Amino acid sequence: MIPELSNAIVALEDIPADWIGLRAVKETVGHRHVRDGNPQTNGKSLNRGIMVEVLAQGQIGYGATNILTLDSIRSAAQTAYRQALAASEWSLHPLTTAVRPKVVGQYLSPFVKPLDAMTPGEINDLLVRLCQTLKVSDQIVQTNATAIANETESWFVSSNGSEVYQKFLMLETHYGATAQDGAIVQQRSNNGYLAHCYQGGWELFPKADLWQRAQQVGEQAVELLTAEECPATTTTLVLAPDQMMLQIHESIGHPLELDRILGDERNYAGGSFVKASDFGELVYGSKLMNVTFNPTIAGEFASYSFDDTGAPATREHVIQDGVLLRGLGSLESQTRTGIPGVSCARASSWNRPPIDRMANLNLEPGTDSFEDLIGDIESGVYMESNCSWSIDDQRHKFQFGCEYAKLIEKGKLTKTLRNPNYRATTPQFWHSLTRVGDESTWQMYGTPYCGKGEPNQAIRVGHGSPACVFSDVEVFGGGA
Amino acid sequence: MKLVEQANLSADIAHREAIFDRLVEALLSDLQSGEQAKLELTGEQSQFVRFNNARVRQTGCVTDGEISLTLMDDRRNAYRSFPFTGDWEVDWRQASMALAELRQEVPQLPEDPYLVLPAGNATSNDIHTGKLLAPEQVTSAILPDVVGLDFTGIYAAGLQVRAFADSAGQKHWFATESFALDYSLFTADGQAVKGTFAGNEWNAEAYTAKLADSKQQLERLGRSPKAVPRGQYRTYLAPSAVADLLGMFSWGGVSESALQRGDSALTMLQRGEKKLSPHFTLTENFRHGLVPRFNDWGEIAPMELPLIEQGELVNTLINSRTAKEYGKTANGANGIESLRSPDLSPGNLPAAEILQALGTGLYLSNLHYLNWSDRPTGRVTGMTRYACFWVENGEIIAPIENLRFDESLYRCFGDNLVALTTFQEFIPEVGTYDQRSLGGVWAPGILADGFTYTL
Repeated sequence: MIPELSNAIVALEDIPADWIGLRAVKETVGHRHVRDGNPQTNGKSLNRGIMVEVLAQGQIGYGATNILTLDSIRSAAQTAYRQALAASEWSLHPLTTAVRPKVVGQYLSPFVKPLDAMTPGEINDLLVRLCQTLKVSDQIVQTNATAIANETESWFVSSNGSEVYQKFLMLETHYGATAQDGAIVQQRSNNGYLAHCYQGGWELFPKADLWQRAQQVGEQAVELLTAEECPATTTTLVLAPDQMMLQIHESIGHPLELDRILGDERNYAGGSFVKASDFGELVYGSKLMNVTFNPTIAGEFASYSFDDTGAPATREHVIQDGVLLRGLGSLESQTRTGIPGVSCARASSWNRPPIDRMANLNLEPGTDSFEDLIGDIESGVYMESNCSWSIDDQRHKFQFGCEYAKLIEKGKLTKTLRNPNYRATTPQFWHSLTRVGDESTWQMYGTPYCGKGEPNQAIRVGHGSPACVFSDVEVFGGGA
Repeated sequence: MKLVEQANLSADIAHREAIFDRLVEALLSDLQSGEQAKLELTGEQSQFVRFNNARVRQTGCVTDGEISLTLMDDRRNAYRSFPFTGDWEVDWRQASMALAELRQEVPQLPEDPYLVLPAGNATSNDIHTGKLLAPEQVTSAILPDVVGLDFTGIYAAGLQVRAFADSAGQKHWFATESFALDYSLFTADGQAVKGTFAGNEWNAEAYTAKLADSKQQLERLGRSPKAVPRGQYRTYLAPSAVADLLGMFSWGGVSESALQRGDSALTMLQRGEKKLSPHFTLTENFRHGLVPRFNDWGEIAPMELPLIEQGELVNTLINSRTAKEYGKTANGANGIESLRSPDLSPGNLPAAEILQALGTGLYLSNLHYLNWSDRPTGRVTGMTRYACFWVENGEIIAPIENLRFDESLYRCFGDNLVALTTFQEFIPEVGTYDQRSLGGVWAPGILADGFTYTL
């Protein structure tokens, strides 16, 4: 594909643009979903197309098409050029080729077993058996099991010599159960909906502990039916890594996106309580807080070597010892703000333009084992697995809910609690971080559903975190 | 101002339909004994212009299309989705490859006891041509009116296509040309007014009038925002805010499948353990004609389907698969049994009397980021957003700092519902995930007592 795109770039030389880039994407997704032991979804989708970006008079215009002929690419380029010219009089910030530097390289997801190593029949057999294992009693009224295998290739070629090829192999899996007793309904899943999203092949699924874990998920769904409601109180809160994923995503990732701070997102996803002047100054949270943008971790869901404008990807501290250092902003946003950023200009596919996204954003481990974290807590609540999320448009006031919780009494996990929720404001919450788990507690998860942008884009992100302890957090349960 | 010629776009629509028809004919004539199939098409030619601070942030055009082919044989089924380009050679090659792959895959799969086979003889052809701005004229048509304002948002416009065909001979074609300008005007301290200007024909005078209205609203935001302590307040929810709450009915709400599987917030309503207000009547109403009536199986939904009448659940959305699984009668619902054209009936509160009827409390124009906080009890949490005000004795006192609410639908649409407005507004669906959305919500405003704010 690189030679074809290079030839296309040559063929577009008559367009009097300052820069032209071609980004082709081919995405093949196999989707298998079984509910209550019966197949619901079986199939494969192929999505491919090309985006032409044209820089003219300081404005980038784009044209995207799923017709991969030279004529169609030319037509898309001309459309993009006309769009750029028409908008240049109204350009928000004049751009130069500095935001699309020359880069050459490639990236391949690590994997052991390729995505065709399991047949559709074998995958269905596995998912059916998972449903059967999850149904531990007649009180289980629904079981679900899903596997999504995604192979995405992208090619980026530009008039200033960029040539990038990246190939991603990804596996997304999920299973869960719903238990019901009259009006009481409880759900339990494997770390939250579709949280097991990784780069790699079928070596990721099934793991050795799959059946034991599925049995546990089913049993915990039933256990929740008779559990006490989470108490309404202000207490010490311990979050498992599968909830920390959401906490990091919503209250660190999004508020630090430079395009939100610049106002691009105000009509849709929102702005940020963080100001441009806060970088290098703001104490975002406790000194235990070390957050990295890290697209270099093997197997994490949003790893890559280059973003969708070709910027090389590197690990960077976003927050160090609690102090805000760097924004999640692309070269375009860095140019507009003068704030240091990261390589995060990403597009959901060929038909959307790149914008600031968080990719992998991780909380670095601390020094305490899980037993140490819990052992010193006189009274508190431990929560696992996200099931509800809501935060304001400045990423300030949030309320999150989890599937499963345990009461902490005198340093021990005791009673199971249902409908656990908590709410706080972002700065207050991160300043209340009192302990951070060590590497033995660190786990990584991901999601393909981070939504943002106009036009809207859902994109993959990965988050790794240890278990963490927060003091004086308002927790509460369910009920009308 | 140059508007795009209808003739060109009509020819483009006709070309796409002809290619789709040819693919359908070729694929279906290729089916072997026992095989059945359906094809679903989505496509668009869209322009997107994104604004920030009354300037252009990003601008471009997208030509996209996708066909999903489902093969059914021996109680098993699978699909292949592939690009629809409108080029016969390319599309046929892809389609025939998909059919060959499906023939390999389907026999490997478990039987699907609730498989819905093609049936019926429904056909439809629904084309709405429009008059849209020429792509190069969008910025000069929109931005001069907002110079000096902090205007942000997106203009999305163009052709959208949805189509369906199956081996029973059903065939549907829906094409519409439309635009939507979804925008916000901000004050210097971050308060904002939200506006949407949408339709099939761009009208410069109507646009100017819409903006004038938004500017007038913006002036009301000039006062410093008031911090309102958490608690319960009498609250007016404007139609846009009501539309957000109605959206929850599509996510574990009126779906029969969700009710059967413990996934619905309306279980207590169905069981008769709870009622909504006798003033609350929700209908799936296709008379507005903005979305296709055919569903994932080519079935035509009834023109009107009452769901909640005077507070009681009288119908749920039941698709043919759910009907088969739970022994129900299907009513044309789509694959996920979501609302496609919801219409909440108006009430008796005139617009001029809203503030007086509210008395002292909160006036909410918009909500943001809703999620279930306890689905079985119908509890929803979310945020206030944009032009929201503190009102005392029927007078707007000040905009508010954003508040988090956590409230049960059984309360705010039930015992605590005081009144609905005499007017409805159409709130267009402006979402653009994967493709531009169609349709929207018809909703009045509502007045509710004791709405709960928690942060």
